Amino acid sequence: MASFKPTKIQVYPKLGEKVTQDTLYWKNYKAPVQIKEFGAVTHIDFSPVAPHNFAVTAFTRVCWHLFVHIYGPFSQEPVKTFTRFKDTAYSGRFRSDGQLLVAGCEDSVVRLFDVGGKVALRMFRGHTKAVHVTDFTSDRYQILTGSDDYTCRLWDIPNSTELNTYQEHTDYIRCGVTSKLNRDLFITGSYDHTLKLFDARVDRSVMTMDHGQPVESLLLYPSEGLLVSAGGRYVKVWDLLKGGQPLVSLKNHHKTVTSLCLSTNGQRLLSASLDRHVKVYNTTNYKVVHNFDYAASILSLALAPDDESIVVGMTNSILSIKHRKSPEESKEISGQQRRRPSYRVFVKGKNYVPKQDDYLVSKPVKQHLAKYDKQLKKFNVSKALDTALETWTRHRKPEITVAVIKELDRRGTLNNALAGRDEQGLSQLLNFLIGNLVDPRFAPVLVTAAEMILDIYHSVIGQSPVVDRQLLRLQELLEREIDYQQDLLEVLGMLDTMFASALPRKEVPCSGASRSNGLAQGEASTSRAQLQAT
Amino acid sequence: MVEHGDIRVVHRGGSKINFRKPVITNDSRFLLCASGESVKVFSTSTEECIHDLRGHTDLVTGVLIKPSNHLQAFSCSADGTVRLWDFTDGILIKVRLLPSIVVCPLFQLVAVHLPQSGDQLVEARELSAVLTGISSNPAATVFGRGGEYIASANGLQLEVYFFKKQKAYRFSLKEDNKKGGKNTFTCVACHPNDDCIATGHEDGKIRLWRNFNHKKEYTYSTLHWHHSAVSSLSTNLLSGGIESVLVQWRYNQENQRDFLPRLGAAITHIAVSPDGALYCTSHSDNKITIIQSCVKVSAVIQGLVKGESVGTDLMIDPRSKSLVLNGKPGHLQFYSLQRDKLLYNLDIVQQEYIHESGLQQFEVVKAAFDASGNWLATVEERKQKGAELELNLKLWAFDEQTQSFVLNTTISAPHEAQITGMCFSHATDSQTTMLVSTSKDGHFKAWQLAAQSQTDADEGPSWSCDFVGAYHGLVPECCSFSADGSLLAVSFQEVVTVWSPASWELLTTLSQPPKAIRNLCFGRLSCSKYLLGTTDSNLLCCWNLLTCSLEWSTSMDVSLLLADPLSENMAAFCCQAGLFVFKPSEPRPLFSQKAVCSGMVTRAVFAPREEMLESCEESSQWLNRSQLYFLTQYMVNNTNRSAVKEKKSLVIDDSVAMTPFYLLLGKHRQQQQGGDDPQSGVSAERTPLPQGSVAIKELLQTPAHVLPSTSFLCSMFVQSLLISVTDSREESKHAEEEMESEKEEEDSEEEIESSRTRPEQQAAVGGGEAAESAAPAMTKAQVRELRRVKKLDHSWLAGLLDS
Repeated sequence: MASFKPTKIQVYPKLGEKVTQDTLYWKNYKAPVQIKEFGAVTHIDFSPVAPHNFAVTAFTRVCWHLFVHIYGPFSQEPVKTFTRFKDTAYSGRFRSDGQLLVAGCEDSVVRLFDVGGKVALRMFRGHTKAVHVTDFTSDRYQILTGSDDYTCRLWDIPNSTELNTYQEHTDYIRCGVTSKLNRDLFITGSYDHTLKLFDARVDRSVMTMDHGQPVESLLLYPSEGLLVSAGGRYVKVWDLLKGGQPLVSLKNHHKTVTSLCLSTNGQRLLSASLDRHVKVYNTTNYKVVHNFDYAASILSLALAPDDESIVVGMTNSILSIKHRKSPEESKEISGQQRRRPSYRVFVKGKNYVPKQDDYLVSKPVKQHLAKYDKQLKKFNVSKALDTALETWTRHRKPEITVAVIKELDRRGTLNNALAGRDEQGLSQLLNFLIGNLVDPRFAPVLVTAAEMILDIYHSVIGQSPVVDRQLLRLQELLEREIDYQQDLLEVLGMLDTMFASALPRKEVPCSGASRSNGLAQGEASTSRAQLQAT
Repeated sequence: MVEHGDIRVVHRGGSKINFRKPVITNDSRFLLCASGESVKVFSTSTEECIHDLRGHTDLVTGVLIKPSNHLQAFSCSADGTVRLWDFTDGILIKVRLLPSIVVCPLFQLVAVHLPQSGDQLVEARELSAVLTGISSNPAATVFGRGGEYIASANGLQLEVYFFKKQKAYRFSLKEDNKKGGKNTFTCVACHPNDDCIATGHEDGKIRLWRNFNHKKEYTYSTLHWHHSAVSSLSTNLLSGGIESVLVQWRYNQENQRDFLPRLGAAITHIAVSPDGALYCTSHSDNKITIIQSCVKVSAVIQGLVKGESVGTDLMIDPRSKSLVLNGKPGHLQFYSLQRDKLLYNLDIVQQEYIHESGLQQFEVVKAAFDASGNWLATVEERKQKGAELELNLKLWAFDEQTQSFVLNTTISAPHEAQITGMCFSHATDSQTTMLVSTSKDGHFKAWQLAAQSQTDADEGPSWSCDFVGAYHGLVPECCSFSADGSLLAVSFQEVVTVWSPASWELLTTLSQPPKAIRNLCFGRLSCSKYLLGTTDSNLLCCWNLLTCSLEWSTSMDVSLLLADPLSENMAAFCCQAGLFVFKPSEPRPLFSQKAVCSGMVTRAVFAPREEMLESCEESSQWLNRSQLYFLTQYMVNNTNRSAVKEKKSLVIDDSVAMTPFYLLLGKHRQQQQGGDDPQSGVSAERTPLPQGSVAIKELLQTPAHVLPSTSFLCSMFVQSLLISVTDSREESKHAEEEMESEKEEEDSEEEIESSRTRPEQQAAVGGGEAAESAAPAMTKAQVRELRRVKKLDHSWLAGLLDS
């Protein structure tokens, strides 16, 4: 007597992204902390020294958040706020020792703050328009600024004097970065589509690259051999050592890319865009390995050292901070799962090892069957279908419902199971069909079931408004699907024509010999060798 | 006298064991069942076949234990004899010939008086007709209450005949088709000690008849559980049908029943042991289940299952060397050819089988093994009326721990239409395994084992599609990989396309109009440059792949083309069951025979031998490495009987155990018989020399009491040690050498080695020599031996041979 074989639930390939090392890494963040700022968050900068505070530039102020490892109200509230701005502040940046902070302003004045103080230490006046770019040079004594007056300037901090002015760009300068290795080199990007590499030792730019779009953000690799620029929908990588040769052009966003950021180990590149996505690229092959979704268009993005947190500023003036889960935390969750009481009950006494003189009474292993399988075993087909159509199964595991319908069809009893339902049962069934009929994984099974339902219940159409409405919806759904399929076929046809014309035609050698003298030979014994005559 | 090159077809088994009701012996230890032309005795506890009672020349139609002696059994056969056997020893005791009955359209039940006689062959002459017009089904006729009466049912009529009163009563039922009910009788059973007859009906009802010794006052009660025809009833009121559920009814408490569900296939017969401790049911899938009376299955005897069609060709499992074909619905059976026993069934579909007639089930239609036996690919399909074809391609990996195949990948809907062919790449050394499937949707697909991805390490490697190929929208039929796996040939109707599996380039096309290609096959080993194909227009073509041209073709109606995996040989079956064995490189066939069997050969396979034979016969050499098995389908007594047959060379070496005694004596027998005609005698001798020296060693270790006389052995033994230079010298030396003691044996070992190599060289050279060396295999040593033997006195041996 063979045991009952349970209904086979088809395992469908998971739709959507695959689980990779990257997704595991980038998903390992807690739920974001959301802080409402006073305006759009235009810039975020992390302090290079611990505790890694970060400066957030939003509207008229530069806030300064404390980054902490422990949860607490600290990260929710700004540690320090600089408010001495007459207009919108831009680009608050820390010096490499974390002691000084520089910020540009809409009113063309550049202010330098001490992290401990409140009043600006220095004010650099000279620009005629808003300053969007500020940065410290690597020797820590100079400041680079870029402005909407098409100029970028170098300032000396101790004397608060202007050292040099470069007037090469022909549009607003909206991004710039200084070299961390050489105190004289800096790069600026402008809305005139160009990137320019300047050397403070000469009076003009030494290298110009054309990005093709207004440049929004710049990033230098730690090695400073590669430069990444973002502008328009494109992210481009340039090889500086080869004289600014373009290396890769990435087009993974569908709106302007606003901000760039590199993970701490330099293996991953992050780009944020107005299309509300942050994409993570692998820097060896420049493939997108992960994607974050946010609620609003993203203006700024920063990653804490060791990727401990991702901070994103958005146009709806919300600052979103995601902290990485600590290792204990992630472990705790899995530990909790293992300690479920049902499992403990299940293994109770099962792990007992019999001693040498114990008498062993063997008991047949009980086969556990799902409820619908038990009903199928008893040939209660209608009940089995009811079980499979229960709300939870229907919504969460439609594949089980479909598998049961398929099994009933195989047994030739689907008609019996579908028949004899009241209004509620029928509308439940139709709801399921409307939800899953066009799913290509389920379509072959459900189309059969839908045909049967229509055959069985066509006499009662018009008696229940609920069922009629659902039938109309089903009809609409099918019409839409047919149109959609037709469109797809047309596209396929077009593609075929294109491929056929694009591929070169290859001549396959065809033996003429076999054609010419196939039937002439009667016997195998005489036909050898003579056949070579072509 | 053995004829040379006589290759004969041997029935190897696979016959039905569910044809008639099996019989359990009184002590419940043995089970007797009719199986083709023999009666098989099985042990009920170990499931092993203990004896095979052979003797009948036609289908055995019934087995019965002799009531007076429960160690003997009768069997009757369609050849018109009744035989009495001692089944514990497997000995035939008596044969009774029944006079041939004039063929009449109605079956008659006749009483046969068995004369008491001491002779083994007895002809029974006294026949008396008891009932006329009975059903041909033996289940519809039964003796009741210790032989007081006999009940027989046919159609809608039940007839009871009382022997004492010599009176028959007839009871008829109305034909009732109103509620789908059919009252036709299907089977009858009688209560062993009560006047009660149970009858089974077409609509699943069981009727219990009482008071049937009155014409008018008979009564019956009805029991109903089965949903379709009751195919079998037994005295203990056990019933079974197509539902494959054994139902045990309680007599007089009919609403209480015990069930034994899911027995595997429709129940055809139910038998009960005389003491009632064991039941056994035979099933439509050639299976006998032995059930203890507490409704528990204790043993299963499974024969070769043959479904409606052998969709999967016959295959040989490279690991177990067993024959593989589809058996039970949704299963693949592994059948041992050596032991004529089913090894196991592999559940391919893994679904609950619903026993209902008219239901479309999943069938295994294609299967393929890769060369090492690590992978098995199966295709199952289900075609429902008005619905799409359901196709599944499954790939199974061999699991070393469980020693069975484990499902690795399921590909649902691999093609849009039926799969016509499937084969694995043969290359054993390459790292990647490849499977090619061709389908009626006009594509062929290559499937490859995908490398394990890094992240989901818990899942092993799985199969995925590597390439989809098509050729001018034609339908591909056959596919074949070359021996090294570097070429793939796919036939598209009348065009053969050759592809490179490495780059998926179309290398060349070969065509032989005007008809479609039927079979496609690459040559092996030294003939691997040839591609052979057969077409519907009765043409066998051989293409040379080096020149891409037709090498030869011949007009031949080939229905089946096979390649021996171990040699270059190819076998072709013609439509009239003719068999040709040839090498693609040679013009003449190695072997040909017309009509190897009656009927058409539908499937065949080469199975490798366990040990290589050393036959030097040219016409039977092709059977040295492998045996050819084929499956036929012919009609006997309106029953489809399937049989696996084997082509086997009729060499004495095959049938007799190779003992040293045999080596010496067997040789003599041949020589003696061939004494009159030296030519044939010489060529008859084919005892291989290398085995002779092994035998000599054995001879010295064999106990003396089993050996022939020393004087007889001594001369031959010494002669076998001799190395001859010329015949004359040898003659003169002869006397001296006979005197040599056995001490010198060690010294001459090496010399034997050298002499052993010589005949082979001579055989190679002597191919074209004249009549004198007609048997080139015969060495000088053998000639000398022959002469010696002629001189010896064999009179004592002649008496031995005659007896």
